[in-house]
Amino acid sequence: MAASKKSGNVIVKYLPVYFVLLGIAGLEIVLAYQGFSPGPLIAILLALAICGGALAVMYFMHLNEERRSLFLTLIPAVIFVLMMMNMLWSDSLRLLHMRPFAH
Amino acid sequence: MSESQVTMHGAGGSTMEESPYGIPSRKLTMWLFIISDAVTFGALLFGYGYLRTASSDWPAPFRFNPSILNVMFMTFILLTSSLTMLGAVDAAKAGDKAKARRFLWSTMLLGVIFAGLHIREWIGLIDEGVSLFQNPWGSPLFGATFFSITGLHLLHVTGGVVAIAVVSRGFSRGSLTAGHVEATGLYWHFVDLVWMFVVPLIYLLNIAR
Repeated sequence: MAASKKSGNVIVKYLPVYFVLLGIAGLEIVLAYQGFSPGPLIAILLALAICGGALAVMYFMHLNEERRSLFLTLIPAVIFVLMMMNMLWSDSLRLLHMRPFAH
Repeated sequence: MSESQVTMHGAGGSTMEESPYGIPSRKLTMWLFIISDAVTFGALLFGYGYLRTASSDWPAPFRFNPSILNVMFMTFILLTSSLTMLGAVDAAKAGDKAKARRFLWSTMLLGVIFAGLHIREWIGLIDEGVSLFQNPWGSPLFGATFFSITGLHLLHVTGGVVAIAVVSRGFSRGSLTAGHVEATGLYWHFVDLVWMFVVPLIYLLNIAR
């Protein structure tokens, strides 16, 4: 590939995203020590992790600069497969009720 | 001629149908690898969630000092390495080999520090009696899930450092292009992305109170 453009200060451009991601990581740690019960804590931490992940994919991995067809091919497929894995949860809760590992 | 045009026209010069995504095949391949890897990590994290929920005595061993402090520092290191990787890709696209190499080596150094901190965390837990199938606190499956998920991530970091070293050398010598640097950068950002899910689900849900 020919060297066709001058190197810009890309780090400065993405510093806001970097600081937001650091902030999300810090907020997760603060929230983890607030004494939430496990259910709400999982929901909050997962929501924050998804926000951080989305920022990383869209800006660090530049998916927002690619054609929409790439986004529409990749992201719904991943979400669909992960949602299908969600089927496990009902079994895990049922097993807890039955206490399968109790001696 | 741009890299995507080279892909479209092929080596023999015959015109091929344009990619619906408008990106080189190398980059598309990396994206496909990344989504398959994302699903692999997703399956592991779902499996971990399944076992954690189904166990009545899941241990919560991570104290603020040293574990959570260590994790905070590791997160900072990995996020910073993503920033240096962005600099490397930008410099490589501009054809600035010296600058790209500096950024790539900075990324590698940060990756090595991350791996070292991770191994230190492992050694601390192993010293406390945690192994794959037993630990002093509760469900014996804790060690299996912890070491498999963080181990797979550590393997990705290690593989990434090796890949960056190879790409850095190849790019400096002219045998590899900025497209290779960009594809490696995509992989490195993905490793960072996975860590964003590992920290809350593995560490923060199991903090010692």
